[in-house]
Amino acid sequence: MSLDKIFGFYTLGFLGVTILIGIGEKIGLFSNQMIGWIFMALSLLIYVIIGIVTRTSNADQYYVAGRGVPAVYNGMATGSDWMSAASFISMGGALSAQGFAGLAYVMGWTGGYLLLAVFLGPYLRQFGAYTIPDFLGARYGGHAARIVGVVGAIACSFTYLIAQVTGVGLIISRFIGLDFNVGVFVGLLGVLFCSVLGGMRSVTWTQVAQYIILIISYLVPVVYLSWTIFSIPIPELTYGQILQRNNTRAIEITRDAKEKETRALWKKDADEANAKIKAGGLPDAEVDKLKAQAALAGRQAVAPAATEDAKFSRYLTVPAGTGMWNFLALTFCLMVGTAGLPHILTRYYTTPSVRQARTSVAWSLFFIFLLYFTAPAYAAFARFTIYAKLVGTKLTELPRWVTLWKPAGLFDVVDKNNDGIVQWADFVVKSTDFVVLSMPEIAGLPFVITGLVMAGGLAAALSTADGLLLTIANAISHDLYYNVIDRTASLAKRLTITKVLLIVTALIAAYTATYRLAIIVELVAWAFSLAGASFFPALVMGIWWKRANKAGAVAGMWAGLIVTAYYMIGSRFYGVSWFGTQTIASAIFGLPVGFIVIWIVSLMTPPPPQEVQDLVVNVRYPKTGQATKGDPLGRDLPAAAR
Amino acid sequence: MATTSATPTGARRAPRGELTEQQKQEYWRYNVKLTTILLVIWFVVTFLISGLWAGYLNHITIIGFPLGYYMAAQGSLAIFVIEIAVYARLMNKKDDEYGIREEG
Repeated sequence: MSLDKIFGFYTLGFLGVTILIGIGEKIGLFSNQMIGWIFMALSLLIYVIIGIVTRTSNADQYYVAGRGVPAVYNGMATGSDWMSAASFISMGGALSAQGFAGLAYVMGWTGGYLLLAVFLGPYLRQFGAYTIPDFLGARYGGHAARIVGVVGAIACSFTYLIAQVTGVGLIISRFIGLDFNVGVFVGLLGVLFCSVLGGMRSVTWTQVAQYIILIISYLVPVVYLSWTIFSIPIPELTYGQILQRNNTRAIEITRDAKEKETRALWKKDADEANAKIKAGGLPDAEVDKLKAQAALAGRQAVAPAATEDAKFSRYLTVPAGTGMWNFLALTFCLMVGTAGLPHILTRYYTTPSVRQARTSVAWSLFFIFLLYFTAPAYAAFARFTIYAKLVGTKLTELPRWVTLWKPAGLFDVVDKNNDGIVQWADFVVKSTDFVVLSMPEIAGLPFVITGLVMAGGLAAALSTADGLLLTIANAISHDLYYNVIDRTASLAKRLTITKVLLIVTALIAAYTATYRLAIIVELVAWAFSLAGASFFPALVMGIWWKRANKAGAVAGMWAGLIVTAYYMIGSRFYGVSWFGTQTIASAIFGLPVGFIVIWIVSLMTPPPPQEVQDLVVNVRYPKTGQATKGDPLGRDLPAAAR
Repeated sequence: MATTSATPTGARRAPRGELTEQQKQEYWRYNVKLTTILLVIWFVVTFLISGLWAGYLNHITIIGFPLGYYMAAQGSLAIFVIEIAVYARLMNKKDDEYGIREEG
């Protein structure tokens, strides 16, 4: 049976089961919690079955899925590899809180694929290595560049992995009511089944299955909402009208007397808390609590528009000055980070040819685009619901989605001025995740769709975790153990090591996640800057400039890493500030330093051997270039595997 | 051998998988030119239209969207997708022309 048929039947089957569950809900067969269980069990079962069916112990299959993944499917796999729990659950909400400034994420996480397409993807495919450190090792020679690559790949991937595992735990605990720690380990079983049994091959096909679930579940609630309001099922088109209505409403709310009264009360709270902190003499724990109170009250006291006669609410206002600099810098850092993350780059090794690698980047971005251009619609519709449906209702007559989701602690509705009516400033957001999670209820859909969204969030987190786990395990087993420590290790031994590492890495990640460290979210944002500043210059120079040599690459990667890390830590903890740049945009300094150092150090040291220079030129031409299978410098790995 | 021919027609006559020095240079120059054009568009769309100029563009409204917001939220994304698709299409066509199309 062809792939199209398999995945066609799979999609129809999944939709059919969803409808059956919906009917079950309607006739009162399933409770909400049971629906959560069914969706979790069903989706995990699918992933486990794919893992078993596609199991392999062939090296080419295990590391790069036999280089046989057609462009469209590799695009889907890359899409779900890329879209994490953060993209699925948090982005819509972050956009609704940040307005225009938040669009840096939408643009950054898509525009990076253009850099990947023209600078890296096809050339990496032509080079034909197994991993990104593999490329660095082969291109620059010796172990130094490879080892820096291994360190960089593990550092970026591991922080990112912890965030995914945390996401899995949150989703399972929120929807099914399992303990967070139990949820983490249950989810991991699903991940491990695929990666251990079939490496890249299983992970690829599971990711395709996961993409289908995540995109359907992301689109259904907001498409339905758009249909109920405008009779047009294209939210991406209709939310322009919503933006206009929201804008008018925001300005009304800024002028409204009751709203002003409520905001003034919040302002008073904030001032009081700050005064207490200033008075001093309080224990640290008390001060932290007051600071949090002051911050929350301060947020609530902010009017949705800057002035009463403003034309645009804050939501649509384009930042100026330092705000604009940070917007542009962050967009840029997210783009180069996207093009430098090892778990995404490896995906382009799995296509059958250079031409498919090129086409595959286009498909990847198209599949990612479907979700990312919907995210701002989520944000606008969520705000609209609050502005138009919630504000002004009596506290005794709250809408269903509010009463249903309030106990989850994502938001609260308080009556600050005791008038029995909900004001905008009475709606206290604690986690913007409510935007995506409660959208099915906002749209008035049955609980089965909430279950579907859960399955989608789970798919997003698990698919990214899959790719990251494999990247980490391969970096250690293939690059560190096989290439640096023991070149004579048999394939069986290497695969065993990889499998053990997968399990160990997953357990460490799960264990770390159970601590719920607050720093994790920031670490993920940092991972982009670190990947951008370390990998991007070394990869681009390695492909585009034959004169780049080992000394230059190693020095450049370290320089980029150190400058970025210095600014990150300095600006986050010690008040360092260059042009007022925010900490998550640190690569804006590290990246140029990386490029310049590679350039200068390479020119100061002897050029790389002629054969490497010839290789760099040959990689420009498909077919004529190097053999597209196995190791580019003649140490043919598939041969060793035979 | 089509060593002197600068036209793709000449290029097509070369044996599959082998290029003359001149053909290699032509092919590469084409690639660099295409890459440069795409990156210029990328830069203008991201950092100027959706960034520095977005404030002015917001005064224009299209189907409800302030134009600056629209470009940052949708327009730029769509342009990125199109750019990559164009790149893949043109380069793959170039491979065919120069007889270095890979199977698969």
